[in-house]
Amino acid sequence: MSKHHLLALSALAVSIALPFVLIAAGQEYLIGLLTRIAIYGLAALSLNFILGYGGMVSFGHAAYFGVGAYVVGIMSFHAFQNSTIFGLSGSDAALFTWPLAVVVSALAALVLGYLSLRTSGVFFIMITLAFAQMLYFLFVSMERYGGDDGVIMYNGRSFVPGLDLSNDLTFYFVCLVVLVLFMALFSAVVRSRFGAVLKACKQNEARMLALGCDVRRYKLVAFVIAGAVAGLAGVLNANLTEFVSPDYLHWTKSGDLMIMVVLGGMGTIPGPVIGAGVFLALEEFLPAIMESMALAQYKEHWRIVFGPLLIIVVLFARGGIHGLMFRGQSNGR
Amino acid sequence: MFLLLEQILNGLQLGVFLFLIAAGLTLIFGIMGVINLAHGSLFMIGAYAAAVSTQWSGSFLIGILGAVVVAGLVGMAMELVIMRRLYNRDHLDQVLATFGLILFANELLTIIFGRTPLFLDVPPFLNGSAEILPGIDYPVYRLTIIAVGCAVAALLYFVITRTRAGMLIRAGSTNRDMVAVLGVDIGLMFTLLFGLGAVFAGLAGAMAGPLVSVEVGMGEQQLILAFVVVVIGGIGSVRGALVGAILVGVVDTLGRAFLTDFLKLFMDTASADGIGAGLSSMSIYILMAAILIARPNGLFPVAAQRH
Repeated sequence: MSKHHLLALSALAVSIALPFVLIAAGQEYLIGLLTRIAIYGLAALSLNFILGYGGMVSFGHAAYFGVGAYVVGIMSFHAFQNSTIFGLSGSDAALFTWPLAVVVSALAALVLGYLSLRTSGVFFIMITLAFAQMLYFLFVSMERYGGDDGVIMYNGRSFVPGLDLSNDLTFYFVCLVVLVLFMALFSAVVRSRFGAVLKACKQNEARMLALGCDVRRYKLVAFVIAGAVAGLAGVLNANLTEFVSPDYLHWTKSGDLMIMVVLGGMGTIPGPVIGAGVFLALEEFLPAIMESMALAQYKEHWRIVFGPLLIIVVLFARGGIHGLMFRGQSNGR
Repeated sequence: MFLLLEQILNGLQLGVFLFLIAAGLTLIFGIMGVINLAHGSLFMIGAYAAAVSTQWSGSFLIGILGAVVVAGLVGMAMELVIMRRLYNRDHLDQVLATFGLILFANELLTIIFGRTPLFLDVPPFLNGSAEILPGIDYPVYRLTIIAVGCAVAALLYFVITRTRAGMLIRAGSTNRDMVAVLGVDIGLMFTLLFGLGAVFAGLAGAMAGPLVSVEVGMGEQQLILAFVVVVIGGIGSVRGALVGAILVGVVDTLGRAFLTDFLKLFMDTASADGIGAGLSSMSIYILMAAILIARPNGLFPVAAQRH
């Protein structure tokens, strides 16, 4: 058993044990943080698939996160109102709305990815950002679903037969299972033939084209997969907060996801999840840390520390945290 | 008809703002190969500097001067301290580092000025409206903005095509290394060029001050629109930035003004309102997608890009 496997198993053991430790220590509210880490870890994992392995710098990944969340939010809204949308009556059944949300996110990624992938490089960055902004404004303009204010899911979390999602502990484990499942899945995909082609496109697109590979189609498939998984993460987040708003698609959210990927370690499977954990933990604890350093009056301005921190990481620690942990070892990048 | 003319002028005025921002963005990208998200922050810094120096001096012109100087200096400092280290990095690093800059700039301005927006008044000598056609009045201030934008575009055109500095800029965008080998201090040129882009963004921010509220985050919205402009126009092309900016400004303004009424010709009021609001906020992105399908490199692609 290698060092990697050992670490992965112990990380899994910790994430299973941690909520019980928190309950024993009377810090139940931190289970919400753990759940958020699992959810954003999933979203960052999906972004890393196209960013770290495919070399596609998508600056609009929050769009799919938001679309997935909105599908669940809107279905819940209609279930609460007893009304219909496109002839479909609302629903709270996870087995119906969750796959629907994933499919809609995948479709959105298919359309926007098809258009965006006509370009590359810096054009691609700008275009993915612009399209995400377009969806943002689309949801802002939908007065029926609260416009700027968003949709509150009055019926609470989705309904799954045999599981009580309204229990925070249960919900955390659902998110954890989904995350671990997709980590395993992505790990298998990047090792597959498809993954090899994707990585090759990142390294040398011209050569892949010369080999007769339809680069754009491979990239599009990867883009759609990433969009679908981000949509699922959005679904989980909507369920966690029981609330969906255009903020889900805000461009800074796309930036945050990108930061998580790079902070943790691009082009690795655990990297994005580590990045999400560190990012959200910083967000949670940086204000308190600043307070303890007699900077209490600035604690709501924790970003003034975070911004320069980010610049330093980019300039000097390129492999991210995963890279620092396994410095000098080949990790398949 | 009057309304149409007025809205077209409003569109032009939005286009001028976008041009001032996009021109710097596209020049900086075309020559240095850097994508700078913090360009929108320079717009915001310009607006704040204008608000502060106008309040301090009581003169809007000094406000403009303050904005231009502060934005230019901040821009050059940004280049010297951070951007310079990013020229040889990939775009992802540039995006992340400049994203960090945005977070820092936004938070710093929040600490200094608080969350309450500042307001700038239209200067008295530009207050009031002029009769542009018999029976049609239009605010003088907005006309001035359009005039300033045209003047900047003309100046930029002159500098780039007719002067030695412009020749170096053009040469630098074609082959940066060759220009350096020929003995041009490329580092200095980059700093100055970055400053120039910052000056334009600051000028736009100062002029926008009296029309919008000066608040933290005001730059990002403009930045994303400027990206759309640059994508439409072609990266690195100032002419493309001008055409793209005016297209985006006019389409966005006309869409918001008329699309809902137009849809009401075909459908009932309620659905026209809903679809109109959605479509008009998406109009420029749809325009961008359409242009992208026809010309993947924008309307005025710059041939010799090797970044």
